[in-house]
Amino acid sequence: MKRMITYREALNEAIIGEMRRDPRVFMYGIDVADHKRTFGSGNGILEEFGNSRCFSTPLSECSMTGLGLGAALSGLRPIHVHMRVDFLILAMNELTNMIASFSYGSCGKMKVPMVIRAVIGRGWGQSWQHSKTLHSWFAHIPGLKVVMPSRPSDAKGMLIAAIRDDNPVIFIEHRWLYDVVGEVPEEALTEPLVGSRVIHSGKDATVLAVSWMNVEALQAAEVLEKHGISLEIIDARSISPFDDTTIIDSIKKTGHLIVADYDWIHCGFGAEVATRVYEKCMRILKSPITRIGFAEAHCPCSRPLEVKFYPSAIDIIRSVEKKLGLSEIDLAQEEFYSYEKKFKGPF
Amino acid sequence: MKELNITLYKTMYMIRKVEEKIQAHYLENEMKTPMHMSMGEEAIAAGVCHALKPEDQVLGSYRSHGIYIAKVQETDKFFAEMYGKVTGTSQGKAGSMHLLAPEAGLVCTSAIVGSSIPVAIGFAFANKQTKNGRITTVFFGDGAVDEGVFWESLNFACLSKLPVVFICEDNGFAVHSPVSERHGYGSIAEIVRKFDCSVFQSDSSDVQVIYNLTKNALKEMSNNNKPVFLYFKYYRYLEHVGVFDDFKAGYRPKEDFEKWLKVDPVCMQRKKLVRLINEGKVASLEKEIEDRINLSKTRAQQADFPDARIACEDIYI
Ligand SMILES: Cc1ncc(C[n+]2csc(CCOP(=O)(O)OP(=O)(O)O)c2C)c(N)n1
Repeated sequence: MKRMITYREALNEAIIGEMRRDPRVFMYGIDVADHKRTFGSGNGILEEFGNSRCFSTPLSECSMTGLGLGAALSGLRPIHVHMRVDFLILAMNELTNMIASFSYGSCGKMKVPMVIRAVIGRGWGQSWQHSKTLHSWFAHIPGLKVVMPSRPSDAKGMLIAAIRDDNPVIFIEHRWLYDVVGEVPEEALTEPLVGSRVIHSGKDATVLAVSWMNVEALQAAEVLEKHGISLEIIDARSISPFDDTTIIDSIKKTGHLIVADYDWIHCGFGAEVATRVYEKCMRILKSPITRIGFAEAHCPCSRPLEVKFYPSAIDIIRSVEKKLGLSEIDLAQEEFYSYEKKFKGPF
Repeated sequence: MKELNITLYKTMYMIRKVEEKIQAHYLENEMKTPMHMSMGEEAIAAGVCHALKPEDQVLGSYRSHGIYIAKVQETDKFFAEMYGKVTGTSQGKAGSMHLLAPEAGLVCTSAIVGSSIPVAIGFAFANKQTKNGRITTVFFGDGAVDEGVFWESLNFACLSKLPVVFICEDNGFAVHSPVSERHGYGSIAEIVRKFDCSVFQSDSSDVQVIYNLTKNALKEMSNNNKPVFLYFKYYRYLEHVGVFDDFKAGYRPKEDFEKWLKVDPVCMQRKKLVRLINEGKVASLEKEIEDRINLSKTRAQQADFPDARIACEDIYI
C-alpha cells in the first residue's frame, strides 16, 4: 500500500521526527505557536515539545535571525519560520553579512546548522509585498543553500536533510503546494539537498521547473501528450548549489530547454541555468533556451492583472509549440488549474 | 461643538458601514483581496484625522480602511479598489493592503509591518526643511513596535525634532500573539516617554476624547518642536484578516469583546448625537451615508476590470 499524505503533513512529520531524534532542534518565528501553526505545518509540535522548543517571537525578523545564528554556533539546530518570504527581507543583513560567511571566515571551525523556512504565496490579491520568491537573491550569496521542494516526498526528505545539514539552508515552500498529496515514506529518509530530479520523462523538449511551476508543467505535459508531444520535466529542487548534470543529460536527449521559473526573469535563476547550458550544450541545442517567469512588474492585486503576472501551463504549452514549430493547439476544452475554485481568501 | 460631533459621527459611521458592507458581500468572492478590518478602532481614525489640517499627511499599514475613509472622505474609489476595478485608487493594482490617495494626504500604507514608519519621518524631515507647516502622522499597531525600524525612526525623529506624530493603536495582539508574549516591558508609552518627545495616551473609545487629545498634542508640538507619540488602546472586533470573529479559536476570550462592545465608539457617539440633535436627524444623516455606500459598491461592481496591459505599466515613469 502506498502511503499518501499532503505536503503540509510531510513537513510536519519531518519536523516532529527530527525534534524527537535530536533535542537540539527547535522551531521558532512569528506566530509559529499560534492556533494556525504556519498553515498547519506545525500542528502538534508545541503540545509535544513545549514552548522552549516551539515558540512565537516578537515581530523582529532581523534580531531573531541573529538569534538563530548565535544558537546554531552554540550547537543548537534552529528552524526559523517565516509566513512569507517577503518578511525575510528584513533579515537580509544577518543572513547575508553574518550567517552566510561564518563557515568561510572561521575556516570551517564554526558551523551554522540553521534552517530558515519561508512560505511563498500567491492568490487572492496579495499584491506586491506578499508574493515574492527571492530564491535568486539568496542563491546569489555564497554560503547559503537554497532549496524549493515541490513534492511531498521531497518536502519531507529535504527538510530532514536540511535540519541535519551543518550549513544554513533556506527552505522555500509554496503555499499552494501544501495541499498536494503524494507518496511519502513513513521512515525518516533524507533527500539530497543538491541535484534536480526528472519527474516526468519525455523526448521532445525539456522543462526545468521551479516550485509551483512543476504542477503547471505536469499539466502542460498532460495536454501535450494528447497531441503526441512528450515533455521531460525536471524539478529543479535545489537552486543553490545547482547541479546541472540532470539538465544537461536531458538536453542531450531533447535538444530543447524551457526554464519555468517562479520569479522575475531578469537576472534570475533562469539566466544562470541558460548560461550553464549554453556553455555545455551549445552545439546540441535545437532552439534558443526559453525562460518563463513573472511579468516584469510588481505583483498586482486585481485578478485579470494577477493572471497576466503569473506564468502557467498555457505559457509552457505555447513555448513548446514555438520551439517545435507546431501550430497552436486549441485549448478551449482543457481545464487548467484555477485558483478561483481551489483557493479562497483571506490570505 | 455640535458640528464637530456630527462630523466625527459621520466619519465613524461611514467607516463602520463600509466594513459591514464588505462583511456582507465578501463571501461572494468578488472582492479578492485580504481584508484587515478595523471595526472597533473607528474613533482613533476619525478623531486623529479630523484634528489634522487637510494638507497634513497620513501613513498607515494594511489595516487602513478607517484612516482612508477618515482622511479621504470618499467611498467610490475605495470600493472599486476592493473589487479590483480600473476605477479604484490604484486601478486595481493595490487592493485592500495598499490604499493610498496622495492628493488627499494619504501617502502610503504598507503590508510589511513597520515599514511605513521611517517613510513618515522622511515626510516630516521634508516638511521641516521646507517650513511648510505640515504635520506627518503614521498609524501602526503594537506589533510594529517590536520592529527595530520603529525604534530607529523614533530615535531619529526625536534627535532631529521632526514634526511627526506616531500613533500606536494597541489592540493587544499581533495576528494572534498577545503583547504579553512579545514585549519584555510593561508599557509602550512609558518606554517611549524616555525619548525626547511628547507622549499622550488614552484607552477611551470616545471620539471626542481622541480628537481633543490630538489637538492638544499638536499644540504642544508647535510649542516645543518635539515629535509626538500617541498611544491608544482599542479592541479588534474581528479576526486578524478576514470578515469573521474568531473567538472560538481560543486565543482571546469573548468576554473581552463584550466589555469593549459596551463602549463601542460608533454607538457611544450616536447616543451623544441623539441628545444634541435628535433621532430623526441622526437617522437621516445615516441614510445619506448608507445610500452613498450602496451606490459606491454598485458602481464598483459595474466598473471594468483593468486591461491586463496595465499590469506592466508604471514600473518606471
Ligand atoms: C515585517 C513583517 N513581519 C510579519 C508580518 C506578518 N504580519 C502581518 S500583520 C502582523 C501583526 C501586526 O500586528 P500589529 O502591528 O499590532 O497590527 P494589527 O494587525 O494588530 O493592526 C504580522 C506579524 C508582516 N506583514 N510584516
